[in-house]
Amino acid sequence: MATAAIVSPEIMAKYEPVIGLEVHVQLLTETKAFCGCANKFGAPPNTNVCPVCLGLPGALPVLNERAVEFATLASLALHCQVRERSIFARKNYFYPDLPKGYQISQFDKPLAEHGWIDVPTPNGTKRIGITRLHMEEDAGKSIHDGFSDSATRTYVDLNRCGTPLIEIVSEPDIRTPDEAYEYLTRLKEILLYTAVSDCNMEEGSLRCDANVSVRPRGQEKFGTKAEVKNVNSFRFIRAALEYEIERQIDVIEGGGRVVQETRLWNANEGRTYSMRSKEQAHDYRYFPEPDLPPLIVSSIRRAEIAQQMPELPEARRARMVADYGLTEQDAQTLTATRAFADQFEAAAKTAKSPRRVANLIQSELTSRLKAAGLELEQSPISMKGVAQAADLAEEGKLSSKQLKQLFDIAFEKSEDFPVVYEREKPQQITDASEIEKMIDEVIAANPKQVEQYRGGKKTVAAFFVGQVMKASKGQANPGLLNELVVRKLDS
Amino acid sequence: MTDSERVSLEDVRRVAELSSLELTTAEEPHMRRDLNAILDYVAQLNELDTSQVEPMAQVAEVLAASQEEINVLRPDSVVPCLDRAQVMVSAPETDGVFFKVPKVIER
Repeated sequence: MATAAIVSPEIMAKYEPVIGLEVHVQLLTETKAFCGCANKFGAPPNTNVCPVCLGLPGALPVLNERAVEFATLASLALHCQVRERSIFARKNYFYPDLPKGYQISQFDKPLAEHGWIDVPTPNGTKRIGITRLHMEEDAGKSIHDGFSDSATRTYVDLNRCGTPLIEIVSEPDIRTPDEAYEYLTRLKEILLYTAVSDCNMEEGSLRCDANVSVRPRGQEKFGTKAEVKNVNSFRFIRAALEYEIERQIDVIEGGGRVVQETRLWNANEGRTYSMRSKEQAHDYRYFPEPDLPPLIVSSIRRAEIAQQMPELPEARRARMVADYGLTEQDAQTLTATRAFADQFEAAAKTAKSPRRVANLIQSELTSRLKAAGLELEQSPISMKGVAQAADLAEEGKLSSKQLKQLFDIAFEKSEDFPVVYEREKPQQITDASEIEKMIDEVIAANPKQVEQYRGGKKTVAAFFVGQVMKASKGQANPGLLNELVVRKLDS
Repeated sequence: MTDSERVSLEDVRRVAELSSLELTTAEEPHMRRDLNAILDYVAQLNELDTSQVEPMAQVAEVLAASQEEINVLRPDSVVPCLDRAQVMVSAPETDGVFFKVPKVIER
């Protein structure tokens, strides 16, 4: 058993981690990869099964054309070269949730190869290579605990058996747990944009295994790697890698050798454990699947599929920065999901200042959503509502304080902004003489600031605006107020 | 190496392990002899020069008139599944909902 390693930063710095990631993604098809059973999470156990996915004798697999389309679309989105002729292979192993005794996968001729993802790092953008993307089928589910006879029995649900998967294998280009985290975040984002998967980690539609080793800095040859499995969030993967890197360095510094093995992440304890499996157990004896013909994706078909490619997150961010004058950070938040970005753009196109819409979302909306524990899709205030609020603020018809109040009411009553605004429309003071009267009072009460202003410190004007706004309980028309304050102070 | 030595006793044990078969010490030499005989038989194919022949794992594609016709795909539409009660009739052990198997610990 490894103990929690504590290695000094100086010693850590002597080593360079090498990380490669394998990501399995379930495709959002209606049916399974090789049979017409529904591909649906959460159905009663063993109800989405047929002779093909049960592995009954004589049943023959027939490939789902939508799965091919989705896998090809994902390949193209990841800049992979799609092979015109790829071959399915049998990966042989025994496990109760794999009734055929083999998984249909691809081996030496995968669907796609040589892709990449650009990820941000502290030293600028880094390109992480993708070795391959291949198609395969998922296994069923084994349930080891929770039944009265769980001490002696494992329960098996074969609904998931035959679910179409793509496996995306990165090059060992990743050097830090942060880079691994960024790679996964970008990968998920791209896949969500292409809509080939819902990438839901809780339901297992995106799963990640990490290969990690360390080597002395400057050494060409890779160290011995361990494979870390059983990690169900990107944050945990980062934590598991941090732990594993430190553990391996500790082993080497202690004069030991890293053993090639599979290790499981335990989130509660924040550490990995050896699975202690037999070293030679893995011999999958791949051979070409005789029940399936080669898969042909012609250049014409590939071009057709490429036609469906949506604008991907990276490109969309760049365009939104250019089109709406957003910051990189705004664009990052707004493109988190395709639906969010679509809604924003629809609203921004009609808004007087898209930048202000973005600001409102970033500040007023997201903080309230977070406090209420809501996702954007559940927001009581629609993007249209945000755009209306932004326009009113832009025109000076709504002070920021009034806007905040209306947003609060909208969240309290679960009403959209236009409804709340119509009903609660704040009484704005647009009568110049009334505002002037308040300004006069503030000026009289603050001679020191008046002196500063007249001495050339023009920014003090904001102080007077603030004071009058406060005195008016936020109801003074901000545009008019600004104008009158400057006029009064200058006179 | 003579032909009869293609498969060693070690190989037999390894293949048996991968196949989840338990062979008695009496069965091992028999299995070795049979496997060697089969491999010798198949080895006759080595008399042919196949260096210029593309590997082919199954023959369906020779019937295809074009590259595209090689594909055998099905539309992504749901077909009714089997009734669970009917499936579980063939299960060695079940609670009517799940398949039950002897406890699995290691993967």
